[in-house]
Amino acid sequence: MAAISDESEPTFRLSMLIYDTRYRSLTIQAVALLGFLLGIGWLISNAAQNLADLGKPLGFGFLANPAGYDINQRLIEYNSQSSHARAALVGLLNTLLVAVLGCILATVIGVVVGVLRLSKNWLIAKVMTVYVETFRNVPVLLWIVFAMAIFIETLPQPRDFRGDDPAASMWLWDSVAFTNRGFYIPMPQFGAGSIVVVVGFLASLVGIWAYRRYARKKQEATGEISPVFWVSVGLFFVPAILLQLIMGSPITLQYPELAGFNFRGGIYMRNSLIALWLALSFYTAAFIAEIVRAGILSVSKGQTEAASALGIRPSRTMRLVILPQALRVIIPPLISNYLNLTKNSSLAIAVGYMDITGTLGGITLNQTGREMETLLLLMLCYLCISLTVSFIMNWYNESIKLRER
Amino acid sequence: MSDTQQHKIASFVRKDMLPPSNAPAGNVGFVRWVRENLFSGPFNTILTVVLLFCIWYVVSGFLGWALRSAWYAESLTECREIIAARYGEGTHGACWAVIRDRFLQLLYGFYPSELYWRINLSFVLLLVALAPILFTAIPRKMLWFSAIYPFLGYWLLWGGSIWGPVMVVAGFALGGLAFKYVGDAFGALLGTIAAAAVPIIWWLLLAGPVAGAIDGLIPIGITEVESSKFGGFSLSVIIGVSGIVCSLPLGILLALGRQSNLFIVRSICIGYIEFIRGVPLITLLFVASTLLNYFMPPGTNFDIILRVVIMVTLFASAYMAEVIRGGLAALPKGQYEGADSLGLNYWQAQRLIVMPQALKISIPNIVSTFIGLFKDTVLVSIIGLLDPLGLSNAIRADAAWNGIVWELYAFIAFMFFIFCFSMSRYSIYLENKLKTDHR
Repeated sequence: MAAISDESEPTFRLSMLIYDTRYRSLTIQAVALLGFLLGIGWLISNAAQNLADLGKPLGFGFLANPAGYDINQRLIEYNSQSSHARAALVGLLNTLLVAVLGCILATVIGVVVGVLRLSKNWLIAKVMTVYVETFRNVPVLLWIVFAMAIFIETLPQPRDFRGDDPAASMWLWDSVAFTNRGFYIPMPQFGAGSIVVVVGFLASLVGIWAYRRYARKKQEATGEISPVFWVSVGLFFVPAILLQLIMGSPITLQYPELAGFNFRGGIYMRNSLIALWLALSFYTAAFIAEIVRAGILSVSKGQTEAASALGIRPSRTMRLVILPQALRVIIPPLISNYLNLTKNSSLAIAVGYMDITGTLGGITLNQTGREMETLLLLMLCYLCISLTVSFIMNWYNESIKLRER
Repeated sequence: MSDTQQHKIASFVRKDMLPPSNAPAGNVGFVRWVRENLFSGPFNTILTVVLLFCIWYVVSGFLGWALRSAWYAESLTECREIIAARYGEGTHGACWAVIRDRFLQLLYGFYPSELYWRINLSFVLLLVALAPILFTAIPRKMLWFSAIYPFLGYWLLWGGSIWGPVMVVAGFALGGLAFKYVGDAFGALLGTIAAAAVPIIWWLLLAGPVAGAIDGLIPIGITEVESSKFGGFSLSVIIGVSGIVCSLPLGILLALGRQSNLFIVRSICIGYIEFIRGVPLITLLFVASTLLNYFMPPGTNFDIILRVVIMVTLFASAYMAEVIRGGLAALPKGQYEGADSLGLNYWQAQRLIVMPQALKISIPNIVSTFIGLFKDTVLVSIIGLLDPLGLSNAIRADAAWNGIVWELYAFIAFMFFIFCFSMSRYSIYLENKLKTDHR
């Protein structure tokens, strides 16, 4: 036996690296790695050479220098003496702001449209189809500049609100002003004692959660269905309003007022933010509507029939039988559409909304001339957002995967 | 007995059937359809009425604007005068004259007008080149034209001496010859190496001087057109089509790499795909406009459209790879095993068994990727190229058309809609045609 195995003991020859399948994959991988490293090395050495020739070697020190430009929309404290890094952070927060707002609105519109496209009412189904096809087949950048143009061209200027016989007037009992510079909406002011109201409101939220749990437990134990919806609505509003009245209205609304040539007070929502937000939402919602529709259609009709055989009402069938199964199909592409929306928010640069592409990739790049560093950082930021979201998505997919047998 | 009794009781028995009467008038044809689809309940009735009102409001408003228009005018003020004279003071009407005035520019950019035929010809030839790929009924010999077309199209569009593109094609031909002769003489491996090395040496060292020398002897060429002259929808189509055509082979390789069981190759492919899919296209276009030259040897400076096409290709190839990976994943495992049992090697199996089926499955998604890419070409206006949206700004900067907004946007949106919508219909048609399951 030993003699046989000795005989078949292969003597290694160099040609086996190519012709022997046992070694060939190693050869291929080694060559691929070598080629890859050589390619990267070539690119990097070229870049280093070129940057050295231009006298701006790679370095991120410029981020600490004062930025020297203003950002008209900011969520955190920032002025022109703040550093470039802080400007980038302001931009990143603006990106996240419009992305979150957009995802919420796009989901709402998308779900409504997707469900309505399956409506039995022929007219509304067709109207929704027209909406979906129109928005899907025109570039999102066009929608963004179009929305911006609508705001600039059709809405009144702030000075139109002045005078005894103004050309424009505010909406909703003089609390909201739509102007071509943006929207002014009331801002809540928290006076003395408002902490009680806020705590009371939070407590009622906890109460809602506890009540729903109790109702479910009760239903599982006894089969008795408690009125969840109306109790939740009541708990949501009544205690907070009562507390507000008892404490003598500590939370007040500050209304925007016309002062000189512009409005003052209230929350000022820039028209660039709103145009971007609405355009991105409506564009993405068209895709989400298709996903929702496909998801609902993917649930077999037998499920609906089984539900009605069990005597479940149509409204409950949707909520308890179809949607939970459709969600499994809907969620993964939905998340990738959220990602698309976030990436498309970089088109903010077209309407002058200062997101991270506008600050880091726009003004900072132009002022410092550090294309390499700023673009690397910019890509890194988007990459981090994308990877975080896809990580969450994978985790979610894993948790809702059908466990068969 | 019982028989006679029955006769007595049943004094009347119908002998002939009643003719079937028509359904109630409200339950047939159009009326029934309306009742079922529009007014099937109080809620639906209200919804229908409200919707009808909204549709009427929007459509009448839009048509009122679009139809009370001026087609023949030299400037916006003239437009407004014409509309005011025709429909009364204060009428808001569309000034379509701007489209009539700048139509050719919106299609061709600043391409010299006497050379428009070159763009037209290259698009007609593009259709000819695409035909054998899209329709299997066309003779297979036509694929040779499809292979040559990229160089022919480039030469037609940019012009210059014909010998440059010819020398590039000659590189491929030399590679093929090297593979054939070296492969026959020294084995497949050396043949492959030669097939890779010979064209590269040719392109880097010899192609330029040889092209120059031949051009000195036999100058064949057409007027050269600079990249800055390109614009309008033709630019969008050029970027979109070359992006998708170049990204297809790259995407196939990336998809195969991602599916392969070689760890390093797979990691490189996954890293590349995830990186590209994680960043917005606009950052890659910034790279094209500011950064790409840094990565080339000092002194290289190549054309902006070429740079944009390179970045768009890299961008699209990652998405293409995912689309094709979907097609590969949809293939039953038996197909791979069948290829193995026939004794095909990896590339033979891919070429003859796997890819034809995987590509067929992914064609609809490839078309949607193309639609997305075509829409994304608008982004080049941000880095200063004159695609339709960029041109609209340029047109607005003209004193005659200063202040015109809706007409241009409406026209651009309409053109994109027509193109993308018909593409998406085509992809639905393909999906139905290629569906081989009998459900």
